[in-house]
Amino acid sequence: MCLAIPAEVIELLPDGMGKVSIDGIEKAVSLALLSEIAVGDYVLIHVGFALSRISPEEAKDTLDALREMGELAGELNLAGLAG
Amino acid sequence: MNDQSGVRNTRLFPHALDIAKGRVDMTHGGGGRAMAQLVSEVFGSAFDNEYLAQGNDMAVMPPANGRLVMSTDGYVISPLFFPGGDIGSLAVHGTINDVAMSGATPLYLSASFIIEEGLPLADLRQIVVSMADASRAAGVPIVTGDTKVVERGKADGVFISTAGVGVLADGVEIGGDRIREGDAILVSGSIGDHGIAILSKRENLDFETTIESDSAPLHRMIRAMVDAEPEIHCLRDPTRGGLAATLNELANQSGVGLVLREEALPIKSAVRGACELLGIDPLGVANEGKLLAFCPREKADAVLRIMRSAEFGADAAIIGHVVADPLRLVRLETSFGSERVVEWLNGEQLPRIC
Amino acid sequence: MKYASEFRDGKLARKIAAAIAAECVVDRSYTFMEFCGGHTHTIARYGLEAMLPENIRLVHGPGCPVCVLPVGRIDSAIELARDHGVILCTYGDMMRVPGSHRASLMKAKAGGADVRMVWSTLDALKIARENPDREVAFLAIGFETTTPPTAMALKIAKAEGLTNFSVFCNHVLTPAAMRAILDGESLPLQGIIGPGHVSAVIGIEPYQEFADRGQAIVVAGFEPLDLLQAILMLTRQVNEGRPRVENAYVRALPAVGNPKAREVIAETMQLRGAFEWRGLGRLPDSALCVADAYAAFDAELKFGLPYRAVPDPKSCACAEVVRGLKRPEECALFGRVCTPDDPIGSCMVSSEGGCAAHWLYGRHRSKTAA
Repeated sequence: MCLAIPAEVIELLPDGMGKVSIDGIEKAVSLALLSEIAVGDYVLIHVGFALSRISPEEAKDTLDALREMGELAGELNLAGLAG
Repeated sequence: MNDQSGVRNTRLFPHALDIAKGRVDMTHGGGGRAMAQLVSEVFGSAFDNEYLAQGNDMAVMPPANGRLVMSTDGYVISPLFFPGGDIGSLAVHGTINDVAMSGATPLYLSASFIIEEGLPLADLRQIVVSMADASRAAGVPIVTGDTKVVERGKADGVFISTAGVGVLADGVEIGGDRIREGDAILVSGSIGDHGIAILSKRENLDFETTIESDSAPLHRMIRAMVDAEPEIHCLRDPTRGGLAATLNELANQSGVGLVLREEALPIKSAVRGACELLGIDPLGVANEGKLLAFCPREKADAVLRIMRSAEFGADAAIIGHVVADPLRLVRLETSFGSERVVEWLNGEQLPRIC
Repeated sequence: MKYASEFRDGKLARKIAAAIAAECVVDRSYTFMEFCGGHTHTIARYGLEAMLPENIRLVHGPGCPVCVLPVGRIDSAIELARDHGVILCTYGDMMRVPGSHRASLMKAKAGGADVRMVWSTLDALKIARENPDREVAFLAIGFETTTPPTAMALKIAKAEGLTNFSVFCNHVLTPAAMRAILDGESLPLQGIIGPGHVSAVIGIEPYQEFADRGQAIVVAGFEPLDLLQAILMLTRQVNEGRPRVENAYVRALPAVGNPKAREVIAETMQLRGAFEWRGLGRLPDSALCVADAYAAFDAELKFGLPYRAVPDPKSCACAEVVRGLKRPEECALFGRVCTPDDPIGSCMVSSEGGCAAHWLYGRHRSKTAA
């Protein structure tokens, strides 16, 4: 329902605004709904506002957990069931 | 730049046009001295060629050796100047490409301007010079033209119509109805650049990007392709509506199904980023300097090599193939490993929030 | 795109799908609703249903704000643009949504109304600043994710004294719609995939009531791996017989959501008594309007917009589709008179609706199989 995409904060601007980059596209968005955002943080952007900060550690943990699950499924030799 | 403003006829036009600060007004379209001066000093001096110099309302050209090909197109774009081009160069490239997609060699262009009262003369001059440069670089002269001025609010700066005439050698048969099962699908470079460059300058949407419009003339690439490989079945430039619209059009015209491989599609990362930001599909974004080519699969590598060695074709790629399909669908094999239908768009793609 | 592309790995997705298949109990059926239209879109776009074992069924819920907006409200927006001389600003999604008599904002614009597409409420504020002698109204739609930007616009407009700016507020609330689905007649559900971006604002606590009612709840992100992970977690919850609220979107979703965003909403908006949802009918406490303290910025009051309910089209099965009672292709109108180019029912209106997603991404699968 709500298209929100991860973007990197590359510059802090006055009035609670910040410039973010998405694969080289740069856009000024409002950071007013978050606290203590720093350059280099990744935030989730929705209609011109940053709604949450993305945690690199949690992202890595999730991916690691998914890979582990995948490996497990592979070891059980069940990949064929996925069709 | 082609700057010949020094050649003013001081007997006819004792006062120079104030290009720096002046604006187009209704007298410039009124058929009097002001119009003659505008035509002479802005258009004539920039486009200068032997056919235009005939000074008539038409141009008389020598006989052509082959079948004649003709195409016309209107150009309306906001903003008039955008990263990578302007309405003038676009009007030259677009019509050259339309003529060339038949396999023909474009020979001549005409240009007609509908100018809104109030357009700065400097802007008009910049557009006209850009057109002249584009036509000269392409080797296709603008041999006749027309200007009209309309009241403020009745146009958007300037509208340009160009028509092109070309000549097609015997034996070259290229068309949207000639695509066959087993053909390979090629594209001459990265997709979506033009549309994203324009969107980046749209009011209330503006974002910063280094992406420029791909506006370019493709007739020389096509000449090389057709000379080397007469069995090319179809060429088409995926302009408005992007690949999605053009491929659906062609699937229907030829009565075939088309299968694209997502991984093979050349898309710049900034174009991907902009599409994610705006919630639009790069397959539906406009191009102005790209072509799609269809040829028998066994010829595809040879055609690809020619495209890649041509100007504007460095990033050419084989992006899919043609299958028999009574439903005439365009399908995309995603890099994820699934498949989806690439649909016609319902009008212009609008940025979405959900 | 970092934090997105990694979660689109097709090979890993196949392995997770295998893990799901391995954990499914063969003669048991698992029916999960993905509430959110964004999830519906991802599921359809990446063909995730085809990767799942046959006893897992996904029901496409009502979580698309464009789809659930009743025709009467679209009519009011068109009236606002056409008859009140305002500059009406709205998101691109709303431009083609049909109101009564096939009218739309796009067509109103063609008829001379000043309708402008914006990407953010900040752009609407800019237009209001640049046009001090015109009234500028913002047509606000969306669930809790899209509400804070509207709330911020109200707050900024009041602080700046932008008296020519107002909001036509149509923000709706996720838990109310979930409640309506569970209360009404629907396919018996075992679990719900919760909307990740809504939860980035409201947190995960509001879903506890559904877990208490026996639903497994996993809040998920919007990439294909996010959804497969959520489906695996739901399957495990069902197998364990221990329904609870879990967060599968920890990288972007703190359990508490965004308290700052909720504060701004609480300051600028308040609950409506009841709000009509397309396909679900009138639901109590299911939507927000502009708060009394901000009444001067409420377009409904400012322009005296009346609300006229318009019944959903006859023989349209949207209400059954969002409840899982019918699949899109089981509707008599699907693909015949109701298509994305000319939508009749709400589920076909936006590409996130269950019917539009099926039309766009799934239709050919059944056709080629036939």
